[in-house]
Parts: sequence; C-alpha cells; structure tokens
Amino acid sequence: MSDPTEFTLAEARDAVRGKKISSVELTQAFIAAMQAARPLNAFVTETPDRALAMAKASDARIAKGEAGKLEGLPLAIKDLFCTKGVRSTAGSNILGNFIPPYESTVTQNLWDAGAVMLGKTNMDEFAMGSSNETSYYKPVLNPWRAKDSNAALVPGGSSGGSSAAVASRICLAATGTDTGGSIRQPAAVTGTVGIKPTYGRCSRWGIVAFASSLDQAGPMTRTVRDAAILLGSMASVDPKDSTSVDLPVPDYEAGLESGVKGLRIGIPKEYRLDGAPPEIDALWQKGAEWLKAQGAEIVEISLPHTKYALPAYYIVAPAEASSNLARYDGVRFGHRAKGTHEIAELYEKSRAEGFGAEVRRRILIGTYVLSAGYYDAYYIRAQKVRSLIARDFEQAFAKCDAILTPATPGPAFPVGAKSDDPISMYLNDVFTVTVNLAGLPGLAVPAGLTANGLPLGLQVIGKAFDEATVLKVGRSIEVAANFTSRPETWWRAP
Amino acid sequence: MSVDKDTVRRIAKLARLALEEERVEPMERELNQILAWVEQLGEVNVEDVPAMTSVVAQRLKMREDKVTDGGQPEAVTANAPLSEDNFFVVPKVVE
Repeated sequence: MSDPTEFTLAEARDAVRGKKISSVELTQAFIAAMQAARPLNAFVTETPDRALAMAKASDARIAKGEAGKLEGLPLAIKDLFCTKGVRSTAGSNILGNFIPPYESTVTQNLWDAGAVMLGKTNMDEFAMGSSNETSYYKPVLNPWRAKDSNAALVPGGSSGGSSAAVASRICLAATGTDTGGSIRQPAAVTGTVGIKPTYGRCSRWGIVAFASSLDQAGPMTRTVRDAAILLGSMASVDPKDSTSVDLPVPDYEAGLESGVKGLRIGIPKEYRLDGAPPEIDALWQKGAEWLKAQGAEIVEISLPHTKYALPAYYIVAPAEASSNLARYDGVRFGHRAKGTHEIAELYEKSRAEGFGAEVRRRILIGTYVLSAGYYDAYYIRAQKVRSLIARDFEQAFAKCDAILTPATPGPAFPVGAKSDDPISMYLNDVFTVTVNLAGLPGLAVPAGLTANGLPLGLQVIGKAFDEATVLKVGRSIEVAANFTSRPETWWRAP
Repeated sequence: MSVDKDTVRRIAKLARLALEEERVEPMERELNQILAWVEQLGEVNVEDVPAMTSVVAQRLKMREDKVTDGGQPEAVTANAPLSEDNFFVVPKVVE
C-alpha cells in the first residue's frame, strides 16, 4: 500500500497485526496528513510527539505478541474528553488552560486497547452547536465543497473537528459525543459514519458535561465496520459513572454481515417534513427499497410526538447545562477575571469573559426554566413530553426491529449561513434529537450525494442496547449505497 | 410566557453571568424568540404522564460507602488560576 492514510480502521488493524506496516510508519503518515490539513482547523491541539511515543510502545508490544484490539492505530479525540496531561478545552475559552490530571474512561479504554492519540479535535463550545462555529478556536471547514464552488461549508457539529478529520483521512477514526445529534449530524454532512450508542453504554466519566441525561460518546469512522470495532473498545461498564449500565459489551463486529433478511424496518410518517428538500425524501425512499431488496420487511409506523422533541430538548438540555456549567467559577480551574475584589463579581466576570454567546444564551434559558415559578410549566412539562416520546418509540418497536429515517434535513451549509438565527440552527437536529430524549442508539451512514455533490446520510434507530441490529442494518445500507465519493484534497498545499 | 428586561437581568444575576447593559435588550429578544418557540409544548396533553426521571430502565446503582480516591491536593489545585499551599484563593468573603 503506497499511502497508509487510505486504510480503513479495520484494514490498518490487520496490516499492523500482520506486521505489514509498523505503528510508527502508520502514525508518521497520519501526522504528516494532519499537519498538511491545517487549513481545515480540525484540531485544537495536535500531539505528534505523544503519538510517536505511543506508536513506539505499540510496536514493542506487537513484537512481544501482546497486541491489543486497537494496537498502534492513530485516532483523533474530541476535545470534550479529558486527557491526562493534554489540554482539554471543550471548545471554550474558559477551559483554554485546562490540563486534566485524569483520563476519561472512554479514552483510557482506547489506550488500554493500544490506540495512538494524534490530537484533540475542534468542536462547538461545550458541544452546543450544529456547525462548529461556536468554537472559541475558530470554525472547522468541511473537506467537502459543492460542485464548481469554493465556498467554505460547515462540517456539522458539535463533533465537527472529528467529522472533518475522518472525512479528510487525517486520522483512522475519531471519538465524538452526541447530546442532540452531535455525532450523527456531522457524520451525515461529511459522508462518514457515526453512532450514538444507547444512553449508559459508554461511560460519561471524564467527558466535560453538557446535558447529563442526554450526553453519550460514540465513534466516528469511514465505514460501519470501523464503527463496530471502535464502539467495542469505547464501551464498558464503569463504576465511576452511576448511569453506566451493567451489561457486557458484545462483539459488534461479529454479526455485521448477517444481513437484514426477515427484519422489520419501521418508516415513521412524522419524519416527512414540509419544505424539506425533495432529495432528502428521495434518498429515504431509496434506503427503504435497498433494505427491502435485501429481504427486510418495510412497515409504516407512527411517532406522534416527534414535532415536540426539539422544543422539549431546548428546555431539558439548557436546564441541565446551566447546572453543569455552574462549576466554572474562576476559582478551581479555568479562566479567572482579573481585578475583581468581591466573590460574586469574580464569578460573574470570569463566566462572562470565559463563555461565548451561544453558551451564555443557553445558561440563561436553563436558569429561567428552572427558576421558581417556571419549573413546573417548563422543565416538568418538557420531561413529561419526553416520556411521551420514549413511549412512542416503545410502541413503534412492538411493530419493527429498527427504524429508518433521514439523518439531517439537508446537506452541509455555508459558514455563517445560520449563525444569526438560533432556531434555524437548532432545526439541524430535527431527525436526531428524538433518539437522545429516548436514550436509544442511532447511526448515521452515508447514502448518497445531492445534485451539487454534497453527501447525505440516513439514520438507523434501534431498541435500547441493540446496537448490533443498528450496525447490521447500517452495513446493509452501506453495501447497497456503495458510497465511494470523496472530497477533493484542496486543503493540501500543491 | 415571555421575559422582560428586568427578568433578563435577574436571571443573569441568578446564573452569575455579568451582562453588560447593552446586551440586555438583544438577549431579551433572543430568549423570547426561543421561549415563543418552545411554547408549542403547551398543546400536548400531559395529564397522568409521569415526568421522565431515568433515561434507561435501570435502578440507580449503589456502591459500598468507602473512600476510593483522594489525598491528592496538588492534583486538585493544579489547574486553579490562583492557589497557595494547596488551597484555592478567593476574594475575602467574610468580614
């Protein structure tokens, strides 16, 4: 193989294990690709020295016959995961100097499996955004551009650095987190694969908290198989996270090719949006036909409370965020305002200087909906609607084994196109957010291109802890879609 | 329901977030836009519906009440913008 960055995660794993390439050689190739792709701004922090040291240690373990499941494979880590001794910013100025003295459980699992860290990827500030434009460290650019256009497009968000890094082949795979769609939406608009597992499948310990009842970590990869491999190492039962569920982690790769014959695939009629581009609907139909052709049974289902999911989310998520972000006080860690003489003033100024506009807005919304006199009308009502949304899915899953929907209401949009209108930005998550509210697993898989050459994805939703079926259905779509398009490498210097 | 400027100032105070006077009006507008949009939840009949308290059906785990970590004051204060002898330093709070 002439260019090791062409490997999928699975191919690289087999090549390293089979000693066809050393981890150091593989890692050097990705470091060079990462550094050549700086115009994308996918990384907040590059860690090439650490990567090479980890790669050397991997090669030593391989020589001794002690290779782990991800031995020697270079990955990019979203900057929301705390990494011991490596700055972890959450995309925020307030954590600009934060160097965690501990390692998140998910990343520890990856290092224990032998993986190599290339660096920390850019993201929307505290994961609040769908375009990566709220990052304090400047927007990430989507490696994809529309046909005959040089206009800069967003890579989705909040895991936009990770999606751009995977799509541009400057890492083998990346970690993401998903609170309302932050893995699946960026994956869909960059032609990559992303899965948000069931709530409780991956430990949240050491991941900077946004909305604790919605946050889940998951893999972002180029293939469904790679997602199955990476999820298998990210997931664990963790005593440090009381919501981590006591279920053994299955071998997700094992049943991947077993097909969809006999599976019932639900098509929720409420996911047809007025005013959505016809391409989205057409792709969705095509997806159903692909699965039918492979032996699945297509059933119409109803998720009647779908339209209330986003408004419920924009009460629940800011409420939880306003509590979680109370810890940034300028005292224990993070930015501290200078020249304050009184404690309340220290808090107020440190927070105002440290947080960006979207984060401030959400903290205020959250504080309002939790404040005396409004708590029942907003927060409790939203949590009741959330129960109804979860019930919709429960009833739907009596009739089907998995659900197929579009992943996003449209392709990647230009930088700046939606940044002045919060609600139009929030609508990016219209197809993904229901899944977080109900705690279910959801996968985005690339399925086609728009007329002007931009990737679109489909979403597969499964029953709680049935990631295996979700991945299997995703794999069947991947086979049928045969998505081989890739962005031109305009970011590399000629 | 909507917020007025005084409410915006009050919430900002509750959230310990300094808000310059010229930011109050734009924030009032942005918050009201979002609140008007979430207002549609009022259409949903939530009578006899329990509020969600647990995302997946699982009883909260209990663990033995014993110390598993600690005794690392240097690590705890390592990221403090201002600390002395492993204590966090804040402006005087008690007269």
